[in-house]
Amino acid sequence: MKVQVRYFASLREVLGATEAVDVPEGSTLLGLRDLLLRRSRAHATALARERAVRCALDQRLCSEDATLSEGAEVAFFPPVTGG
Amino acid sequence: MGRRVSIHPGDFDLSAEVAALREGDGAIGAVATFIGTVREHSDGQVVQRMELEHYPGMTEAAIEAMIDAAMARFDIRAARVVHRVGVLEPTDQIVLVAVASAHRGQAFQACEFLMDYLKTQAPFWKKEGTAEGARWVDARASDDAALQRWGIVSGNAG
Repeated sequence: MKVQVRYFASLREVLGATEAVDVPEGSTLLGLRDLLLRRSRAHATALARERAVRCALDQRLCSEDATLSEGAEVAFFPPVTGG
Repeated sequence: MGRRVSIHPGDFDLSAEVAALREGDGAIGAVATFIGTVREHSDGQVVQRMELEHYPGMTEAAIEAMIDAAMARFDIRAARVVHRVGVLEPTDQIVLVAVASAHRGQAFQACEFLMDYLKTQAPFWKKEGTAEGARWVDARASDDAALQRWGIVSGNAG
């Protein structure tokens, strides 16, 4: 199934604003991140496990054990720094 | 009641925002406001410009949910958050939180609660431009600690 991945801030600068990704049925955000890590050297660096990366599913902050559904909007971004 | 959340590149006017917040509500006896502005120094370097990015849609929804939480937790009449995005300069206004209540205590508390919440849970990112180039601002553990005082766990900077 297809999900839409969005990146913000420093991740967007390296990986672009958005990409469509095919993931197996029942994938979690964790699985998606693992799949993205193998996509390119840039992905492997930007999304590396040891880096602080936050994620959102359908525009809500969530943990990586969240399950994806067809057409989901997933976002990866650094810790937030507004205000 | 007017809109509770505005995110836009342009500046805001404190008097106009407070007037809109209070409009027609005779039960209000206190208004607390907070304004965050761009500092000209950061980690010993001169900041020439500050760029603010957000996640359109999610940012607004996240702040709406924070205002819902503040309305449920405190005895307040109304709250409003304005946040600028795009390119700002030192001394520019960045964010406004305004809260109206019958008495001052709840307005002060809710204003601080909203600001602590926004700092760690609203998707905004700051990039500072200095003479040595641009750099993304790091999240601070002290901001997570500030939210924790309200009993809300945040691992944003962690």
